[in-house]
Amino acid sequence: MPETVDAILVKHSRRPENLIPILQDVQKELGYISPESVKDISRYLRISENQIFGVSSFYAQFRFTRPGRHSLRVCLGTACHVRGGATVLDTLENVLGVKCGDTTPDARFDLERVACLGCCALSPVVQIDKRIYSRVAVNKLSELLKFYE
Amino acid sequence: MNNLTKRIESAKQKWEVFQKNEEPIIYIGAASCGRAAGAVQLLAQTNRWLKENELTAKVVQVGCIGPCYLEPLVDVQMPGQPRVSYNNVTTKTLPVILGSHVGESVPYTKGAIGHFGKEPFNGIPRFFELPMLKPQVRIVLRNCGLIDPEQIDQYLAVDGYQGFMNALQTSPDDVIGVVRRAGLRGRGGAGFPTYKKWTVCRNAPGNQKYLICNADEGDPGAFMNRSLIESDPHALLEGMLIAGYAIGASHGIVYIRAEYPLAIERLNEAMQQMKDYGLLGEHILDSAFSFDIKVKEGAGAFVCGEETALIGSIEGKRGMPKSRPPFPAISGLFGCPTIINNVETLGTLPNILRNGPDWYNRFGKEGNRGTKTFSLVGKVRRQGLIEVQLGTSLREIIYDIGGGLQKPFKAIQTGGPSGGCLSEEFLDLTVDYESLTAAGSIMGSGGLIVMDEDTCVVDLAKYFLDFTQKESCGKCTPCRVGTRHMVEILTKITHGEGSAEDLLALRTLGDTIKKGALCGLGQTAPNPVLTTLRYFRNEYLEHIKEQRCRAVVCKDLIEYRVIKEKCTGCQSCVKVCPTGAITGPRSEPHNVDKTKCIKCRSCYVTCRFEAIAGDAIVIGSVEKRS
Repeated sequence: MPETVDAILVKHSRRPENLIPILQDVQKELGYISPESVKDISRYLRISENQIFGVSSFYAQFRFTRPGRHSLRVCLGTACHVRGGATVLDTLENVLGVKCGDTTPDARFDLERVACLGCCALSPVVQIDKRIYSRVAVNKLSELLKFYE
Repeated sequence: MNNLTKRIESAKQKWEVFQKNEEPIIYIGAASCGRAAGAVQLLAQTNRWLKENELTAKVVQVGCIGPCYLEPLVDVQMPGQPRVSYNNVTTKTLPVILGSHVGESVPYTKGAIGHFGKEPFNGIPRFFELPMLKPQVRIVLRNCGLIDPEQIDQYLAVDGYQGFMNALQTSPDDVIGVVRRAGLRGRGGAGFPTYKKWTVCRNAPGNQKYLICNADEGDPGAFMNRSLIESDPHALLEGMLIAGYAIGASHGIVYIRAEYPLAIERLNEAMQQMKDYGLLGEHILDSAFSFDIKVKEGAGAFVCGEETALIGSIEGKRGMPKSRPPFPAISGLFGCPTIINNVETLGTLPNILRNGPDWYNRFGKEGNRGTKTFSLVGKVRRQGLIEVQLGTSLREIIYDIGGGLQKPFKAIQTGGPSGGCLSEEFLDLTVDYESLTAAGSIMGSGGLIVMDEDTCVVDLAKYFLDFTQKESCGKCTPCRVGTRHMVEILTKITHGEGSAEDLLALRTLGDTIKKGALCGLGQTAPNPVLTTLRYFRNEYLEHIKEQRCRAVVCKDLIEYRVIKEKCTGCQSCVKVCPTGAITGPRSEPHNVDKTKCIKCRSCYVTCRFEAIAGDAIVIGSVEKRS
């Protein structure tokens, strides 16, 4: 997919402060930051691959492994924590058989935690792809996942 | 300027026509929380319903009016009648409401929560007289939920950009003077007088100056900034024009969390409208003032809420704080003088410039002027976004506005992970910068999390420390090593393996980190532990001496049991257990295999709400085997 990365790069000027917007666009396109894309970015911005890894690993948004077909984000903000968000995450880990941060072997879901989705009054919340589910009940999680193949 | 005056006139006329409403208007609260509660589905259903019934109505998506616990909210306004708000609307109740109110012009009073008219209406209470709304003073949030955030004309019709036009007619120094007399302090949490920071930047040498809006609302449990931007983006943008003019900046940047896609979308739309109206770009309103604004998406790092780290992130680097001085007001973004203001600070400015400092001084108390928005969440009955005068007591916020709790009150956390956990004795504490600091907490950006007896304060302190430890950038040793060590000790305590010496170690570590850390993240990180140690020491001791967690939260100290006498053997819990820990044939009491149980609560919830017995599964402290 080098063409897509190139197409992203030409939209930005070669200034170092564009590194994060470029990484964000690459992730939007590929779903993750691939080792090849890092090489391309390095050549384009004339900064070392090390530096790019240094910056990208600093921010929680960037991932370096291929995501699943659906993204599963469990909110562990304070309000969600107080209302059982951690239990929701534990249960999902068990149901899916993967740890937080991993992708299921069948590439159906990738499971991650987020610090806060900003819907604290409706906690606990889980985000699947773009949809946010509010007041999630642990005993209803398996049913919810059935909607996503 | 003339061009805009004309546009304002036409906007006001349009607004009047809109208010008179020849046809029905249906408002749907579609900010992020409304959407999470199902507003998008309701929107589609409303349009379908209108089509099927061959009725016409204006359907408007509005922002958040505050009481999130009532979401989704759908409002109906019939010609010549006040707007009526319906709460917790579902796909089932929506046709009933629309059928009655839009179809037959009869308000469905049973489902209505309030109306927006001036006179009494059909026995429905006035919305702003509701117990949650009445004690509030809405200045920053004045338009939220009332105007269409995607229409600059509606903002202009309610005196939008008037404050900026007033500012343009005076000198930048006069604007700074107005803000000084208003007594505005930074709403990001620290409460530094806004005018002081501005003056330093204004007087700093250099042709290029920057204004950055800090919308990296990283505190878990806080969503005031998101709501304001989604519901009234022009309020923030007008504030940026005013601040940019005052400090002499030509570039503005909104640094916003990538997790807020709707807010970003609304900002971009609003900026396009500003350009069309000559409110952004070169020679704004034919004056000598030129200003542009860019939106920069954050990439998920809590520490970037700190000024110098935020600047590093915009420059494309790791977001690590630098030691100050030099302060950003003298040497900030790309080495130029830079002012970083919080969303709420900027959102307050249009009101101050429009109504004057004396008006603003009517709110709040000496030294703490004006209002503050809070996201009131946790175990209170009425949760949502609120705005109160500084100097309001915690009791008023929790009981009058929040409607109290269902179970007894235990604690309130102010200021997010950097704040403190206050006990019942502080309920009459007034919310202002100094009082909260004296109690060991901070104002912070405005998250208020209320907790009842089901929350374990030790677990909560561990949660916050775990958060700050993970978010620590690792630059300075006290924060990097210290917070990690504190988490280890807290984990030991929640596992029931703590000792009395651990409490002393926590105290010492906390004090050291507060004194030694480089930036605000580290300096405030120990607050949740230090305050809980001070106000809830007994709970720590119970975990240590009795291996008991009274809130039955700490997993290693609790177990799930079936009460044989109560269990009807309905098998509901067997079906939901993810590990197969619950077994037992139908109609016979079930059994929990404690070695398999992961304490996920599924069975407990199922038994209470879906099973026959209802209370056959209990969570209790681990019984000591002797």
